Amino acid sequence: MKPAPFRYADPRSVPEALEVLAAEEGAKVLAGGQSLLPLLSMRLAAPATLVDLNRVPGLDTVEVTGDGVRVGALVRHAGLLTHGGAARVQPLLARATANVAHPAIRNRGTTVGSIAHADPAGEMTSVLALTGGSVTVASPSGERVVGWRDLFVGPLETSLPAASVVTSAFFPALPPRSGTAFAEVARRRGDYAVCGAGVVVTLDEDRRVAAVRASYVSVGLTPEVHDLTDAVAGSPVEKADWAAAGALARTLVEPDGDLHASADYRRLLVGVLTERTLTSAADEAVERTPA
Amino acid sequence: MTVSVDTERTVRLTVNGVPREATVPVRRLLSDALRHDLGLTGTHVGCEHGVCGACTVLVDGAPVRSCLVLAVQVEGASVTTVEGLARDDGRGGQVLHPVQEAFRECHALQCGFCTPGFLVTIAAGLEARDAAGEITDEEVYDLVGGNLCRCTGYANIKKAVRHAAATMAISAETAAGPPAISAETAAEGGER
Amino acid sequence: MTTKLFGEPVRRREDARLITGRGRYLDDIGAGALAAAFVRSPHAHARIVDVDVDAALDVEGLVAIYTYEDLTGPLAEPLPVLIPHPQLHAPRTGYPLANGEVNHVGEPVVMVVATDRYVAEDAAERIAVTYEELPVVVGVDASRAAQHAVHEEIPDNVAARHHQETGDVEPALAAAPHTLSFTQYVERSACMPLEGKGVHARWDADDRSLRVHTSTQASTSVRAAIAAKLQLSLDEVEVIAPDVGGGFGVKIVHPWPEELLVPMAAIALGREVKWAEDRREHFISSAHERQQRQEVSVGFDDDGRITALDVHIWHDNGAYTPYGIIVPIVTATQLVGPYVIPVYRVVVESVYTNTVIVTPYRGAGRPQGCFAMERTMDRIADALGLDRAVVRERNLIQPDQFPYDHHLTFQDGRPVIYDSGDYPALLEKLKALVGWDGVGALRDDAEARGKLLGAGMALYVEGTGPGPYEGGHVQVLGSGKVLVSTGLTTQGQGHETSFAQIVASELGVPIEDVEVTTGDTRRFPYAVGTFASRAAVMSGNAIALAARGVREKALRIAADVLEADPGDLQIEDGVVQVRGTPGASIPLRTVAVLSNPLRYAFDEAAKQATQFATHDDTKPPVAPGDAPGLEHRDYYSPLRSTFASGAHAAVVEIDPATWEIDVVNYAVVHDCGNVVNPMIVEGQVHGGVAQGVGGALYERMAYDADGQLQNASFMDFLMPYASEVPDIVIDHQQTPSPLNPLGIKGAGEAGVIPGSAALASAIEDAVGRRITSMPISPTELYDLMRSETAERTAALDRRTGVGA
Repeated sequence: MKPAPFRYADPRSVPEALEVLAAEEGAKVLAGGQSLLPLLSMRLAAPATLVDLNRVPGLDTVEVTGDGVRVGALVRHAGLLTHGGAARVQPLLARATANVAHPAIRNRGTTVGSIAHADPAGEMTSVLALTGGSVTVASPSGERVVGWRDLFVGPLETSLPAASVVTSAFFPALPPRSGTAFAEVARRRGDYAVCGAGVVVTLDEDRRVAAVRASYVSVGLTPEVHDLTDAVAGSPVEKADWAAAGALARTLVEPDGDLHASADYRRLLVGVLTERTLTSAADEAVERTPA
Repeated sequence: MTVSVDTERTVRLTVNGVPREATVPVRRLLSDALRHDLGLTGTHVGCEHGVCGACTVLVDGAPVRSCLVLAVQVEGASVTTVEGLARDDGRGGQVLHPVQEAFRECHALQCGFCTPGFLVTIAAGLEARDAAGEITDEEVYDLVGGNLCRCTGYANIKKAVRHAAATMAISAETAAGPPAISAETAAEGGER
Repeated sequence: MTTKLFGEPVRRREDARLITGRGRYLDDIGAGALAAAFVRSPHAHARIVDVDVDAALDVEGLVAIYTYEDLTGPLAEPLPVLIPHPQLHAPRTGYPLANGEVNHVGEPVVMVVATDRYVAEDAAERIAVTYEELPVVVGVDASRAAQHAVHEEIPDNVAARHHQETGDVEPALAAAPHTLSFTQYVERSACMPLEGKGVHARWDADDRSLRVHTSTQASTSVRAAIAAKLQLSLDEVEVIAPDVGGGFGVKIVHPWPEELLVPMAAIALGREVKWAEDRREHFISSAHERQQRQEVSVGFDDDGRITALDVHIWHDNGAYTPYGIIVPIVTATQLVGPYVIPVYRVVVESVYTNTVIVTPYRGAGRPQGCFAMERTMDRIADALGLDRAVVRERNLIQPDQFPYDHHLTFQDGRPVIYDSGDYPALLEKLKALVGWDGVGALRDDAEARGKLLGAGMALYVEGTGPGPYEGGHVQVLGSGKVLVSTGLTTQGQGHETSFAQIVASELGVPIEDVEVTTGDTRRFPYAVGTFASRAAVMSGNAIALAARGVREKALRIAADVLEADPGDLQIEDGVVQVRGTPGASIPLRTVAVLSNPLRYAFDEAAKQATQFATHDDTKPPVAPGDAPGLEHRDYYSPLRSTFASGAHAAVVEIDPATWEIDVVNYAVVHDCGNVVNPMIVEGQVHGGVAQGVGGALYERMAYDADGQLQNASFMDFLMPYASEVPDIVIDHQQTPSPLNPLGIKGAGEAGVIPGSAALASAIEDAVGRRITSMPISPTELYDLMRSETAERTAALDRRTGVGA
């Protein structure tokens, strides 16, 4: 289990990185490497060249504004997990990153890298979708913003061209009168989730349920956002039938089975986790809704 | 092109406080570079896909899997391995880190293969922790939860974490540093 | 006192090096060695049509490539059937490198040697092997159906039909007031030590000697196998087990192909060669264990007492049978546990499948036997509406029945006669420890919290310390250092400590002076190996006998010097002294010097032993029958195995929304006779329980129908982390073995044995559905709960008033 030979460059700027990516056929970007290195060691991936972003200055910052949180390409999961400002503006970030693997992986793995990796078992792809986020992509033709819907094409597959670098991800702020929650069922603590659920509940000024959205981990081939509002719309929050929202969610998802869970079991968990996370998200929404 | 694209590089880094360098193919994993190029075989390789944690080392103080980092990526960094946990006592011996001492005291190792990964992970975690206050179960799980051990069933590892946390809390309180137990004495073994 | 150490929780002496990174494991040896890598079969069953190495030849750093065609002499013959048995009627073993056919994914086909492992893998990747695929047999049921054969000339796939019976079971069953018949399954898991296997070999052409380090549980036998296969004289080969990163059984199998091929290459190339198995190789080419289909028929009376037991098991032995039928025999004979079974018949059919070989994994067939017996007890209790503890209690062998003869033949060819034990006391302690009688209240409390709670228990008896023998050597040096060696190996059990405790206690020396070496054929060439919970029993007793021999000689020499009767002497803290006469003493190190009459004084101490310093000219310096030196070698060879016992109970809470299973209490009562070091024994129990829980709830080898292992990584083979292993409460009982001088029984495997049985029982108790297959995961439990055909337990119906 040793990587096949490759060439290596560690450019000092994004334009330099793009230059190498364009010049080297079969080149791949390396950031945290926590998903890529196992693939290399198992020789399931054998890029000709690795372009390591870790020496590019300026990519390791978290920018927090009232609009949301911009996470640079070299921000580690651990950095985002403990970023108080980010958590205040978008609480899902810390809640989800807490579920990413184990601390030693979070110390090295990057949030943006896991989004670019587009693993449907990854937490942050689902959070990007649920928050309506986007990524900023640099390519030889310039910089552009790609919304999450246009980003994810399939499992481990994005719409981005090879000669491009995702320089940051943007997670919009949690809207007013809203609450979130995130929960997972995993076989072992720290494993990829058998099923994970992130939800956002938004109330109206009378504390009636105005909107309910959910996104799941390890369910489906790409992240999706499901609108569950219909199940509980207009209900006073304290009387909302979250179980009905869970039941609705079960009908909307299309999970697959694997070694650790059948499709039916995943569907069951979608319902359970939806109900549980909504209960908790609703509490937060109430706190954030002036009486 | 202004950027150099290499197949081999000379890596300069600090390992356990000592400047080292090694010329390696760029694909060399940090775990292999430490073990085979720098001769520090205390770091063990259990799975080479980042799950078992046996190869965990500290890079600039933070635990990372050395099988999931390329040696070329730690150019200029400071790496601590299990060999660097104990400190010199100034008299030619070594003072064990409280976590090492706790592992021995609590019988937290059997075959010892996974032990280095546990030791550096726990040492970094406890040192980063505010030593006041008893360590919680949740903290213990966070510290040991990402490393596999096939021998101990973890009971004594968890016990050792609590033991070390308590020792370090006392040391912090008395500001006297960790208790002086020389590795030489320990090497003689057998004392109770 | 430093000398009263037997039975004390002495801290481990090996730890000092292991916690500072100074351990020396296989891959830490031979920094400049060439590296080996293997091309392994990607198919479960295929004919090899062609091996084309051309594309690999221009890989820079390639040193050599070996295929079957390069093997000569005995090396070109099949690997040995290590443990032949008359009932193993169709044994098969593979070749070091595949000879025309492969029978499981991972079987070695080509060995590549290169300057390092990276390069060796580069070359291996370029070797093109052409296969013609053959039909694949996976799982006991497919093998039993025998639609296809694993080995063409064995059309029924049956390697062995192991059969034992203690009476005429059919009439006994017919006469029973009640009978039950059922079928159940246990899945595959594996030892999975954190360190894989590994071999390093160095050939010294000048003195024609081969030094092999291997991560093994049996260095002396590896040595013999290498000598035989490479046609070397035994004295030209030395084999050393360095620090070994866990074994649990997989490293008792030998010679692994690599243990022959790496030395072969080292000799051929005149260079050091090393192979360190990686994790993926370990999954697909080392051994697994546990899969069985069990059909059980039991007859019992109105009180739940068993009158007859008939068991038919199909045991998946994988592609080959190098380790014979040890696992089937152990299942067959240990199944009966602590119970009186008036009439017992067992048939175990050991069948071939196109999967990795099956050889002992900690417990070695006992967990399956325990699962069969204990689940039978649960079914009897359920059928009669009795408490599960009560049914067990009524069937237990009583303390006054020892020695108890089951009239069965054990894995060592010797009778299954239990030497000692107190099973009713074990059960009582267990009930108290887990709070068995309070489970109903716990269930109500859990229900109020929306959880399903259940409890289960399982008892076992474990034959430990089988022969044929182990030896020990104890030598006191003139420095006072006491060297101890034994041939069997260590994989983390703390032998350096427990054997030193034995010697310190027997000889009366400070433990700090004792140095123990294991598994090094240079130091002790006669040994069997470390398996079947035998190290403490076998080498422990052999070393004790050797220490007693040294003590006797020391007292004899000291008596001469002190002009006293040997019977009046004692040794304490390394000093021989006349009892009650302070000052009349001589240090043991001086006795050691005097024990070796000298002509030359090479140091100050030696002067005391030179020819002009000693004055008795009436006797030769070395008396007839005596030998120079204060040392003794002795052996322990038992009449038969000694039988340890124990009882486990588990309490589980299940979330009826997600069907996640949480083990909230796990209780162990353990009896391994006299205990050398209770800290080490508890550690063994902890580790065993973790593997038991892993095997019950997390681990399985998931083969698909094509024989591809679907979860050959630590990502998908779910070995428990700390978060998955419950806290364990332990109580001890000590019924010493009358069979050996120290009164000890083995402890290494015990913890793992009852895990699946106790947890299946607890889950069944919680959910009220019959659990017939282990392991069980939440997704499977969900399926079971939804299944219309799943059997409801009578206990559930009684509890909920259905049908009552």
